[in-house]
Amino acid sequence: MSTVQLAGRSVEVDAEGFLLHADQWDEQMAGEIARENGIQTLTDRHMQVVEFMRGTYLETGSAPSIRSLGKTSGVPIKELYELFPKGPAKLAAKIGGIPKPRGCI
Amino acid sequence: MSVPRIVILGGGTGGTIVANRLQRHYGQRAAITVIDRDDDHVYQPGLLFVPFGLADARELVRPRHAQLRPGVEFVIAEIESVDRDHDAVQLREGGRIDYDVLVLATGARLAPEETEGLIGPAWGDSIHTFYTLEGAVSLRRALQGFTGGRLLVNVVDMPIKCPVAPLEFCFLADWHLLQRGLREDVEITFATPLDAAFTKPVASAQLGAMLAQKGIAVEAEFAAGRVDPDARRLYSWDERELDYDLLVTIPAHAGARYLERSPGFADELGFALVDRYTLRSRAAENVFAIGDVSDLPTSKAGSVTHFEAEAVVENICRHLEGDELTGLYDGHANCFIETGFHKALLIDFDYDNEPLPGRFPEPHLGPLQLLGESRLNHLAKLVFQPLYWHVLLPGHEIPGVGAEFRGSERAGAGQQPGAPA
Repeated sequence: MSTVQLAGRSVEVDAEGFLLHADQWDEQMAGEIARENGIQTLTDRHMQVVEFMRGTYLETGSAPSIRSLGKTSGVPIKELYELFPKGPAKLAAKIGGIPKPRGCI
Repeated sequence: MSVPRIVILGGGTGGTIVANRLQRHYGQRAAITVIDRDDDHVYQPGLLFVPFGLADARELVRPRHAQLRPGVEFVIAEIESVDRDHDAVQLREGGRIDYDVLVLATGARLAPEETEGLIGPAWGDSIHTFYTLEGAVSLRRALQGFTGGRLLVNVVDMPIKCPVAPLEFCFLADWHLLQRGLREDVEITFATPLDAAFTKPVASAQLGAMLAQKGIAVEAEFAAGRVDPDARRLYSWDERELDYDLLVTIPAHAGARYLERSPGFADELGFALVDRYTLRSRAAENVFAIGDVSDLPTSKAGSVTHFEAEAVVENICRHLEGDELTGLYDGHANCFIETGFHKALLIDFDYDNEPLPGRFPEPHLGPLQLLGESRLNHLAKLVFQPLYWHVLLPGHEIPGVGAEFRGSERAGAGQQPGAPA
């Protein structure tokens, strides 16, 4: 755990840079986290996924998997990988300021 | 009411244990019905051994009805949906079965159709799974005819039943090929969507080291998207490619279709939405779930189902008496991991504590060793099969192995399981 500066504010993150407290997040941070992770511009389509992830997490306490995202977010899996190369669920969670998806067990 | 009607959907591990325990508790004072689509109870932990000729497929199957105590009614029918407003199960062929308490115990289903190219002419030829009885048998034939090339073992997506089974398959394949003098002619690759061999850090490091030692390549964070069966190539969603001669797939899993047709019962993958401690359905107060059918954040495994049974049975009794639910499941899971060469590893964990070295079932004493390879662990896994039919399914306790996780009594384990949320 460490404290970093994002969009001019101090926030606590885990070793991989996921925010520890979802309530410390705001949209300005989203852009900054995205750039740090190789996404220069967040489009509306990116934000649709990020907001969906964040909304689901805040409502249910866990973030959806990629397969669930593909079925429920309105963005097909193929496009999720174009928007968030390598790991859509993880990256969208990070940008959305929620903990790393637990994946599974 | 007169005698309560308890209806259990699914006559597998969870449904059978719950039916038998409830029958023993209530005797004539409850009407217990188990519904399943067929009468074949498969000992699923045995499937792993079939491809290597270490288990006979026919010996893994027994009639479902014969595992149920006298007094439990067994019905063969396809379930259409659950009508929570009228407390009734709608059957596919028409007819309804009313219940006072319903138990969802239908397990997880395989969904190979969700991966493009998996199902087709190559299915059963160059593409196999050992997660079904027929699949395990056809893989046995394929392995017998396999004399060299690329063996690719792929987990399509999590969650899956018995998350360690694909690793065990790799270990046993290594051993099998070595015995046949073919190991040097075969490249074994394990491709997983996880970022390492397993999810829990300490166990993952140990298992990862064992894969490396056996010369099994790991492709981590590989989210399988489609298969080109003609080119024998597996693609990830981010366009990585893996060529194979023999593909052993663990297809995506899903819950149950009848739950998807029952509003409020399931998540988007068809798994039953339940309270993680009481195992009560989020859809209705008089519905509970046990085993792989649920969306609980723990392993889909027989041990989990066995440990859940205690809470489910207690809560059904409390519910019928109009009391608060007191049965709490702690996420306890354990599993033997076959590593080949007559050895196995054992892991034990719960919602809050990851698998760590130690002794099981008695902390410090054992006799079984946790997170370490041993012959005794392998023997214990073999002994488990008769215990399954004769002790576990009838609903008896396995001596020394309680439902509650005891890892926190072991040196070096983490804190007590958290309080119910």
